[in-house]
Amino acid sequence: MSVVTPSNEGARLLSIAGLNAYFGPTQVLHGVTLDIAARRVTAVIGPSGCGKSTFIRCMNRMHELVPGARCEGAVRLDGADIYAPEVDPVALRRRVGMVFQKPNPFPTMSVRENVLAGLRLTGRRLSEPEDAVVERTLRRAALWDEVKDRLAAPGLSLSVGQQQRLCIARALAVEPDVLLMDEPCASLDPIATAHIEDLLSTLKATYTIVMVTHSMQQAARVSDETAFFLNGELIEATHTDALFTAPRDRRTEDYITGKFG
Amino acid sequence: MSAAASSSRGERGLLAACVFAVAAPLLVLSVLVVGVVVQAAPHLDLEFLLSGPSRFADRAGIYPAALGSLALIALTAALAVPVGVGAAIYLQEYAGRGRWARLVETNIATLAGVPSVLYGLVGLEVFVRAVGLGRSLASGALTLAMLALPIVIIAAREALRAVPHELREAGLALGATRWQMVWQVVLPVAAPGILTGIILATSRALGEAAPLLVLGAVVFVSDPPTGWSSPFTALPLQVFQWASRPQEAFAQAAAAGIVVLMVTLLMLNAAAIVLRDRARRRGA
Repeated sequence: MSVVTPSNEGARLLSIAGLNAYFGPTQVLHGVTLDIAARRVTAVIGPSGCGKSTFIRCMNRMHELVPGARCEGAVRLDGADIYAPEVDPVALRRRVGMVFQKPNPFPTMSVRENVLAGLRLTGRRLSEPEDAVVERTLRRAALWDEVKDRLAAPGLSLSVGQQQRLCIARALAVEPDVLLMDEPCASLDPIATAHIEDLLSTLKATYTIVMVTHSMQQAARVSDETAFFLNGELIEATHTDALFTAPRDRRTEDYITGKFG
Repeated sequence: MSAAASSSRGERGLLAACVFAVAAPLLVLSVLVVGVVVQAAPHLDLEFLLSGPSRFADRAGIYPAALGSLALIALTAALAVPVGVGAAIYLQEYAGRGRWARLVETNIATLAGVPSVLYGLVGLEVFVRAVGLGRSLASGALTLAMLALPIVIIAAREALRAVPHELREAGLALGATRWQMVWQVVLPVAAPGILTGIILATSRALGEAAPLLVLGAVVFVSDPPTGWSSPFTALPLQVFQWASRPQEAFAQAAAAGIVVLMVTLLMLNAAAIVLRDRARRRGA
């Protein structure tokens, strides 16, 4: 497994070409081609039902878990096709972590167990004590100071915003290269949202982040690159500043100026 | 009569009907329980619990039947729980929604409604005769396990279905295999519900007399079972046998047997509820 080193910062870690995705007979993504920069936050925006979530779920092969769902085209992680027959989707998902819309800590597990869940689930041997992993990961998710005294409390006893950061910690503990976030702030209040946004700006030093968001303001605040989807097509993708100040496509302009959406 | 008055009369009528619907079965139940306990009282003592059956009603005891029932239930659960929970996991987490899965599902629902006498007939033909286990504890447990199996499967499936889909996704997204996800994420969340299903199924099996009678379980057994191949009797059978005797003293013994059966059931349920709550507290 190759690791992205600072020397190829700005390189393209994920490269998607001609991606079509389907739910049964319905095509939801049409020929999406997009390169995603390493160690940047890429925001995926667009109106509801435009295929944003499906798009990121194709990158950790979660899309195909829905009965009848499939996709075709190329998705390359570090140059290797993740849909190649020899690729084990289970192993892939350890490299490409995911955070969901609704915080979903495991209800039978404590805060600590939730952090370690990914490692324990997959039966991985740790090279360092569990406590060290828990502390480092929770610090990275900006949650340590708030929960260090109640690591044994159930994960569900935290506030919703803390739960979402716990879910981020859970995903980080597996040491992925890419972090996919599917509207991670959709069920959070503004303060909790601000926590997550702050966190993103530090996480991108280490991880490549692809975030679906409903909020254009959020995309403008936290992302480096933005991709605008409409009806399953990628309309425009470029630097966030450029996309919001000088959109090249008429439809992008209409969307970001609120003419529809 | 104004509309408001008539609707409030209707309201009160409905409330009265509901109260009656709750009170009637409670009344019947308490009359039954009190009746049985009163009848059992003269017979119910330590000696009754610790001695075997006898031709003489005042010496007849429940010991072999009680131990027989316990052994029967333990074996039944040991057989039906792993198979039933395994089947439920397969159907809910792996089988998908194909025609085959639906066929199996319909069959299981039908089996859960099959009269227990039929299970006795199958048990007699298959376990007692074909397999050659005879009228043994093993035959009885296998037969009762068949009877309990569909109940366990259906209840366990319900419990698994109630586990939010997001938790499965979260597990898989962490790089867990389907089995790791089911075993460590889904099952702990579903455990209280599965446990409830197991209680229901074993309680049902504990109270069954018909299939065991068909199976030819011996009713007059003076020693508790010593192994899976030994002859056995069970609480409901012992009660059935005493109740069919004309003497009043045996009727008292039957009542006492019923009390023992009831207390055993209650204890079983209480234990399971404690277990379930512990699992749930861990969950919540």
